Amino acid sequence: MGKLPIRARVATTLGDAAGKVSRLTGRGDGSVIGGVVGLRVAPDLLRQLAAGRQIVLVTGTNGKTTTTRLVAAGLGALGQEVASNAFGANMESGLVSALSGAPDAPYAVLEVDERYLPMMMKETSPRVVVLLNLSRDQMDRAAEIWLVARRWREAFAGTPECWVVANADDPLIAWAAGTARHVTWVAAGQRWHEDSWCCPECGSHLQRDELGWRCGECGLSRPSARWVLDSDTVIDSDGVGHTLDLALPGRANRSNAVMALAVARFFGADVDQALPRLRSVTSVAGRYTTVERRGRKLRLLLAKNPAGWLEAFDVLEPDGRPVLLAVNAQGPDGRDTSWLWDVDYRVLRGRPVLITAERRLDLAVRLEADEVPFDVVNSIDAAVDLVPPGGLDVIANYTAFQQIRTTLGRTT
Amino acid sequence: MTRPIPRVEPEFGAEPGPAGPPAAGWPQTAGGPQAVDGSQAAGGPYAAGGQPAFGEPRAAGGPQAVSGSHAASGPSALRLVWIYPDLLSTYGDRGNLLMLQRRARLRGVPVESVQLNSDQPVPRSGDIYLLGGGEDLPQILAARRLRADGGLAAVAERGAVILAVCAGYQLMGSVFGGVQGEPVDGLGIMDIRSGRGDRRGVGEVLADVDPELGVERLTGFENHQGVTTLGPAARPLARVVLGVGNGDGTEGAYAGHVLGTYLHGPALVRNPGLADLLLTWAVGTLSPLPEADESWTRQLRAERLAATAPRAGQ
Repeated sequence: MGKLPIRARVATTLGDAAGKVSRLTGRGDGSVIGGVVGLRVAPDLLRQLAAGRQIVLVTGTNGKTTTTRLVAAGLGALGQEVASNAFGANMESGLVSALSGAPDAPYAVLEVDERYLPMMMKETSPRVVVLLNLSRDQMDRAAEIWLVARRWREAFAGTPECWVVANADDPLIAWAAGTARHVTWVAAGQRWHEDSWCCPECGSHLQRDELGWRCGECGLSRPSARWVLDSDTVIDSDGVGHTLDLALPGRANRSNAVMALAVARFFGADVDQALPRLRSVTSVAGRYTTVERRGRKLRLLLAKNPAGWLEAFDVLEPDGRPVLLAVNAQGPDGRDTSWLWDVDYRVLRGRPVLITAERRLDLAVRLEADEVPFDVVNSIDAAVDLVPPGGLDVIANYTAFQQIRTTLGRTT
Repeated sequence: MTRPIPRVEPEFGAEPGPAGPPAAGWPQTAGGPQAVDGSQAAGGPYAAGGQPAFGEPRAAGGPQAVSGSHAASGPSALRLVWIYPDLLSTYGDRGNLLMLQRRARLRGVPVESVQLNSDQPVPRSGDIYLLGGGEDLPQILAARRLRADGGLAAVAERGAVILAVCAGYQLMGSVFGGVQGEPVDGLGIMDIRSGRGDRRGVGEVLADVDPELGVERLTGFENHQGVTTLGPAARPLARVVLGVGNGDGTEGAYAGHVLGTYLHGPALVRNPGLADLLLTWAVGTLSPLPEADESWTRQLRAERLAATAPRAGQ
């Protein structure tokens, strides 16, 4: 930290102290408050902390936190310290906390809120930017995703030295990355199509086939990919196949892993070096964790928007075990619950479904319309008591997830 | 504008859903419309696009044959047409379709539904047409295509029921605000004009419906920057108790069987009385539903009304 100016050093010291207080008092994991305090003292702290490091920024609607964790794990193969905001604190203060907590790390993998990417690119001058996907999310406060993509295009046009790793299967992502000079295209897949029926360039209806997507009007089409995910196999940029065999479940995480492997290769870590480290990741900020509670094994899944719910359903154990759905509509969740109607719940037919949290009545009406039988419970423990000993999968949106984690203890 | 007809690509358009026969009634020609009826699974449950392209029905007799083949599932089937979900569906708009289906079926009225992509012609034989919300560019594109198609104006002329929400509502008028707020031509189906307001109206809405319509207080969620002015040929749907609505203390509009609103929520989920009003316009008097079928909807309504009434000073 010796290279930092005195004001920045004071700022990071104060910030670290605030983070410790936050953790000790159980108010949070300390990854935001530390940065807030530091930025108050030195507003250009992020720029100073980022200077001289190899920065990777990870953004998109879904999978940011997990991919950040996987990229950091993969870069671990280089044998040097990697700073990261591993707990999903993805605004400026979270980035500051992550960097000030690892002042000597030559690498940093930072999750960034998609709306703030251009600003954070300016502050951190990233070597690599990872673009995962864009879909509808918290629409009462988030910008329209097309506008988000357009701002990314402007940011990439102004940073020709930045290397972009982008999902070629998401049309909006492909369009957004289209202004970057260097792009590694990854065929990471796209399950959620509801926000990309139209060409982002000209608005015409996109055509999809086994080769991907293309616009019949303006010719925008899926770029050919250097990295390809094919069920559980990743084909790397040399055409060599590797079985992923991750501990993290689901197709979405396999996509995230391919993106991470492409980043690791960029920095010189080969798949054979990086992949074992990706396999060792078993939970991310409490997600995918299995928690014992009164003889039941609870598995916690976070799903914040329709595309995220689709991915969460993909992860449900196929044995028909019970599932608990928990939905709130507080500020961080988005106060509009209309999105529930964009999710197809019929895949839950045949398994016991429990619902809880502040907007359980919205869920009740939604499930009724999809003819999915359910029981309403008032707490996570009521759900635990209602299901037989064995497994219970829990899918919750943001604040409902945090509430459940608090009930279960922040040990996860 | 001529458009290429998308090829049928099952692996992209269609998630496998519960087995269900193709919906009867609509001509199932190679270029037939996407049925979302029954299990909603005939061609991809919640996929809005990538389905078979809709050509004008090729069954004997051309477009008018729809009512002929319609007899296959009984003459009383209610035909729902969801207009352009590929352009106008951003806020759970599917909920309005699902509620109409559910409340019709619970009364023994068979339902046939079609979701129509923006590169497909509007079928003229529907009973209820639904338009949802959308971002600025898709809204402008939808206006252009619907004007060129002419079908929606034609069915409105003959008295078909139209529910238009948010961006779809603005489209019904003679003009609405474009990306920079510039005026864009609408469909001119309703005597309303919309423009861009100074601030975005985002949040819960309560509104008392025109007593003529006999519908209970509306609850919903709005998220728009539009301001809508009604001409003499349209009546306000409701008076705003909480929220912004049209911007002048009224919310939504109706004229004949065309009804527009800024409410998401979705509107018909939180306001089953509004769903029943549309169904009544389409099929006539309805029997009340058994209490068991209304229970969750009533509880949701009560919870939303109780949560928002204090903010309205009530």
